[in-house]
Amino acid sequence: MKLNKRILLQFIVFIVLVSIFLVLLNNLIVNILRTQIGLSFKWLLQPAGFALSESVLPFNPSNTYLWALCIGWLNSMKVVLSSLILATFIGTLIGMGRISRNRLIYIFSSSYVTFIRQIPLLLQLFFWYFVAFLSLSDIPLGYLGGLIQISNQGLFLLGVKLSVEFSALLIGLSIYTAASIAEIIRGGFTSVDKGQWEAYRSLGLPEKIGLARIIFPQALPAILPGLTSQYLNLAKNSTLAIAIGYADIYAVSDTTITQTGRAIEGFLLLLISFLILNLVISRAMEMVNKRILETVNRS
Amino acid sequence: MNRALLSGLVGLSVLTSGCAKIEGEAGSRLNLIKRRGELVCGVSGKIPGFSFLGSDGKYKGIDVDICKALAAGILGDSRKVKFRPLTAPERFTALQTGEIDVLSRNTTINLSRDSSGGNGVTFAPVVFYDGQRLMVKKSANINSLNDLQNSNICVGSGTTTEQNLNDTFQEKNISYTPIKYQDIDQVVQGYLQNRCKAMTSDGSQLAAARFGFSNPSNHIILDSVLSKEPLAPASRGGDQRLSDAIRWIIYALFEAEEQNISNSNIQQQVKMARSNKSLTSLRRFLGVDSGLGSKLGLPDDFVVKVIESTGNYKDIYEKHLGEKSSVPIPRGLNNTYLNGGLHISPPLK
Repeated sequence: MKLNKRILLQFIVFIVLVSIFLVLLNNLIVNILRTQIGLSFKWLLQPAGFALSESVLPFNPSNTYLWALCIGWLNSMKVVLSSLILATFIGTLIGMGRISRNRLIYIFSSSYVTFIRQIPLLLQLFFWYFVAFLSLSDIPLGYLGGLIQISNQGLFLLGVKLSVEFSALLIGLSIYTAASIAEIIRGGFTSVDKGQWEAYRSLGLPEKIGLARIIFPQALPAILPGLTSQYLNLAKNSTLAIAIGYADIYAVSDTTITQTGRAIEGFLLLLISFLILNLVISRAMEMVNKRILETVNRS
Repeated sequence: MNRALLSGLVGLSVLTSGCAKIEGEAGSRLNLIKRRGELVCGVSGKIPGFSFLGSDGKYKGIDVDICKALAAGILGDSRKVKFRPLTAPERFTALQTGEIDVLSRNTTINLSRDSSGGNGVTFAPVVFYDGQRLMVKKSANINSLNDLQNSNICVGSGTTTEQNLNDTFQEKNISYTPIKYQDIDQVVQGYLQNRCKAMTSDGSQLAAARFGFSNPSNHIILDSVLSKEPLAPASRGGDQRLSDAIRWIIYALFEAEEQNISNSNIQQQVKMARSNKSLTSLRRFLGVDSGLGSKLGLPDDFVVKVIESTGNYKDIYEKHLGEKSSVPIPRGLNNTYLNGGLHISPPLK
């Protein structure tokens, strides 16, 4: 009886969900029929006719719209992956600073988190692009014996030239996301039982080894789920690129939609490409999570 | 197989669509606007002289006055307009989804936008003949397009300017890098901060932007014209009643200029038409003899309402783009055909 009831309930929920989906689909179809435009993807193979400011693989205006969108997607991937690494690095440092016993480091990292989290990302991007980078002079400022050079033409990292748009986006996204990552790292560390800290300290283990070998592995299971959602946020926030002139997938589809007039198809492709990007990130993080849980359980 | 799937979906949608009705004659948006008592007009809001938020919080400009004229013609009151500021990429979606009734936002007519296989909108008569140009700094010593070899050019996305830039530069074999922003504000910023050697947009927009610079005389607009940009209002395709009403209200603005009927003498003209039965064409135009308005689904005196509230095309132009305005642009092609321009109204008969 109880089992039947549960099945019935699930069945009703299922029917409701399916009908909502059908109503939405119906609206789309009726509207497409009404405008007499119809869905078509043939335009994807026509020449794009616009140039892109930067591309990972060779691109010129006589290539197809499809290839332009691929380049846009790769540009998105490029900025998302590199910001992801930089944000994790900064976030971990700041997060550790938040539990540091050094007063100065603690105050610095706490103010970093408070300050950065209060300001909208778009404003921060404008700041990094228009105020920080474009106001620099033509003559590069060199740091670390010339390994890093900064000018209004962008960043030179170990001889690799990064455009000023990419650099501003990379730094803006990383610094913004790092503030949230720092809080997750801090939460993870404080979730580890106090006894564990006392234990390694009383054993006389150096602080570095204690943190790396005792605390960090135990904090990871608490950190990873939050980290995954921050990574997904970062990927989605990367669409703000268009505001500062970086040719990401959103900027490219924007031009594509204007030139072809294929708004519905354009947005569908955009949705799908983001779905793929985010599925890749969350799947990779799931795998990492699983591996870590296995190791933790085994030991 | 695909067709079977599609027809299945269509069948399903017909079954489930009790309330979705296909728009016909009776379902023209013109009726919806009258029922609502308000015209929703999409504008840019960022281009001085065309549509710009004034210091009193009200939109001003030639595009804005076109909306007001339409509201006066359709609803009898030029104040019954709601303005929706739109970015270039948003505008056609807003029109297709019915978020706005009319788009009056520096929109260039071209085949892809007009055709049912493209954006599928219907264009009204051209209200401003423009052309794409390039603006550079005087100090850069650039005199022609060839001097721009291998340089960065700031351009707004979601507009035809990007495509024109590429077409022209490829044809002339000049290599360049486009730095593309979503908004004209950022294009200007990027240009002023030296990210680009030149910025490109419609000539009118460059003139409007330069007006806001701290030192306008340091910037020059190059003579070469990259494209022709006839700018026109637009409404959703397949709605003849609405598009006809819009088209003839705009023609009425041109016709009034041709006949020297402006907001200062419209009352006199009406009086004259009423008292003199021999002025048949004037009586028809001003709706003293009924007929024209009702054919369009508008009040018979729609021309009077329009001219009373905004004046004729010349009045609108002089107010926002004339010599004494803040964004002076010589009339040139935008004069009436009687003075060597391109604006002409077909007969209102």
